[in-house]
Amino acid sequence: MSADERCTSATVPDRRDEPWLDGMRTTAAGEVPRVKTRLGALDLLGAFEARWAIGRMEYRVPPGLYAVGEPTAESTVLVTANYKLSFDRLRRVLGGRNAWLLVLDTKGVNVWCAAGKGTFGTDEIVRQVGATGLERIVSHRQLVVPQLGAPGVSAHEVHRRCGFRVVYGPVRAEDLPAFLDAGLRASPEMRRVRFGLLDRAVLVPVELVMGARHMALIAASALLLGGLGLDGYSLANVRAHGLTAAAMVVASFLAGTVLGPLLLPWLPGRAFAVKGAVLGLVLVGAFALGPWPGPVQTGAWLHLAAWTLLVPAAVSFVVLNFTGATTFTSLSGVLLEIRYAVPLQKAAAVLGLGLWVTGLFVR
Amino acid sequence: MRYLERAVTLEIEPSRCNGCGMCASVCPHAVFRLEDHRAVMADRGACMECGACARNCPQQAIRVRSGVGCAAALLAGGPGCAPTCGPKDGPTSCC
Repeated sequence: MSADERCTSATVPDRRDEPWLDGMRTTAAGEVPRVKTRLGALDLLGAFEARWAIGRMEYRVPPGLYAVGEPTAESTVLVTANYKLSFDRLRRVLGGRNAWLLVLDTKGVNVWCAAGKGTFGTDEIVRQVGATGLERIVSHRQLVVPQLGAPGVSAHEVHRRCGFRVVYGPVRAEDLPAFLDAGLRASPEMRRVRFGLLDRAVLVPVELVMGARHMALIAASALLLGGLGLDGYSLANVRAHGLTAAAMVVASFLAGTVLGPLLLPWLPGRAFAVKGAVLGLVLVGAFALGPWPGPVQTGAWLHLAAWTLLVPAAVSFVVLNFTGATTFTSLSGVLLEIRYAVPLQKAAAVLGLGLWVTGLFVR
Repeated sequence: MRYLERAVTLEIEPSRCNGCGMCASVCPHAVFRLEDHRAVMADRGACMECGACARNCPQQAIRVRSGVGCAAALLAGGPGCAPTCGPKDGPTSCC
């Protein structure tokens, strides 16, 4: 493909019938679609669905250049990802302003994660600047890139390769108006990433949906296995042991995916595996004080011992898997956890399973 | 909230630093501070190894083993696999 072809290829969005578009803006490099800055009912529904992992990986806008308001050659260029949730958050805060949006092709992944993968990166910025003919549309040579794009973007490389200077904007889109009004200056507060209760809570639905299938499979297996006993296979056994086991699986899963993220700052320890294990022990404690039938038989003791191993191991593993959704865990730290915690989780799970099965066959 | 601080691999070579302040600008955890026109690590333990500072340092004064701290991706990818997340990388609770 020649350079000319690349410049005229259809990376500029042409789907003018999208409900979030609002006409076209004519520029020196052709027509550019204009976006609405008010979110509609469909945008809100789409955001809700994405939060529940419904079509989340396909929730995209076409990459390319968009107009906000009546931008001119002097207007600011804001760079973003083509995950529609990110794109919507950006356009929503730009009401009453004139700007250009340069949407990178991040395969529908948000800015920060795409930067980590490199798809929100130097190469893609340089490519989109060329493909959209941006240097013919604006007279300045400045791009406002979200700060969380920085892991994938090398500001000095972008400048060297396409002449545009990168100015890093705030972490959160809602700080953008203040950043723009201050002459592209971010306060220290705007530069810090947060992970408050609400930030964690919105992640819970995806965790639930993603893990639900595994959880259902394990719970069903536990339910069926519980039917085994000295007297062969019986429904009475399923009721006595299988139901409890399935309930423990569901409870462990919910503890790990809902309570883990929500209670994260208050769970003891820094390692996520430790936080999860503690949560699991609390759950077992609640079981021992509640539904556990008491020391009626050796089997009941064995099962309590089994849950004391199985539940913390399971919750520990689920909470450890939440590391990727957080804003502060390091690669080295997670590798450390995997090296030490995962073998322990596995050992506890195997031992616990052995005790539980044994408990089915003793009185 | 803070993570496993001793695992952090971030290093800066002060002699290379030209005091441009890019590292301080891009860091989401305020790890760097400028002192006498030189970047210093004011809070090394808060580093999440995203690599933004190293990538944006025009002097290549910063080194860090960067990547995504995501157990799901690391476990799905197996040892030696590039730790990334997103489509096709197994259980993507990350991002």
